[in-house]
Amino acid sequence: MSQAASAHPAVEPAETPLTPESWGKLGMWIFLAGDAVGFGTLLAAYGGMRATSADWPNPYEVLGINLTAVMTFLLICSSVTMVKALEWLGRGDRARCRLFLFLTALGGAIFVSLQAYEWTHLIGAGLHIDGNPWGASLFGTSFFIVTGFHGLHVTGGVLYLLAMLRYVTNRPDPGASYNAVEITGLYWHFVDLVWIMVFTFMYLL
Amino acid sequence: MASGEHTHPNYMAIFWCLAVLTVVEIAVIFMPLAKLTIGVLLVGFALAKAALVAMYFMHLRFETRTLGLIALTPLAIASLLVFLILPDGFAVAKRTEGVKAAVGAPAKH
Repeated sequence: MSQAASAHPAVEPAETPLTPESWGKLGMWIFLAGDAVGFGTLLAAYGGMRATSADWPNPYEVLGINLTAVMTFLLICSSVTMVKALEWLGRGDRARCRLFLFLTALGGAIFVSLQAYEWTHLIGAGLHIDGNPWGASLFGTSFFIVTGFHGLHVTGGVLYLLAMLRYVTNRPDPGASYNAVEITGLYWHFVDLVWIMVFTFMYLL
Repeated sequence: MASGEHTHPNYMAIFWCLAVLTVVEIAVIFMPLAKLTIGVLLVGFALAKAALVAMYFMHLRFETRTLGLIALTPLAIASLLVFLILPDGFAVAKRTEGVKAAVGAPAKH
């Protein structure tokens, strides 16, 4: 039995078979698996439509990849700051943990801002959810739905990270918030992982 | 040490791998290769990057095998879904071509 489970037998009567640290971690993994099915379905549908369309525009020529490459790099950086936040908390340094949690949230906020800028620019150029000047109308539909769904996840992640910042601040014992920060990290890295797939499938391919 | 803490891998090494793979991905689309080759390479690189994030940032490498299988399930479902969608897509494309040909054909007098 893990330390956490033995310390709080009333709260956690038995450890989970898959994640001995906490039930919450298993819960997050199951949520992420479900969420991944959601994104997987969207990308599979995109692939199906794209493969069978006769006039699908060349995405990287229409969308441009310079800004998106910067956004990708930013999200990878924010994943690193997230693992650093957890690492510092594990070493008992709450101040550095809070700093890195803040930097992670900042990275996410800049990402969403750049996405808003990108959308504004593309809408101005004629890319709409129901049509565009370059070809198949589903090109715009799928672009806005998939990147919008991901953008909502990033927005939710930023709020989640800010809530965790408060959570760590309110707990003087670093061990008391370690598990919760690790679970937050799982969500944030998942958002990064999904963007890796979205960037490849919707911008580069 | 907090309960349940893992050994932390070299995160900066993973970061550089991800950054380099992203640059290589962008370079590949401008290379004079067949479209299919570019597609296969890009999907391969994307899966490699996703695996790096899941294994090291999400610590899946240090978890039980069953948790890894749970994490892989969506990939299997999505891959299967592509094959379920494609036949319908091709059928629509074929029908559309037929309509286009009928509309485009010169009228017989």
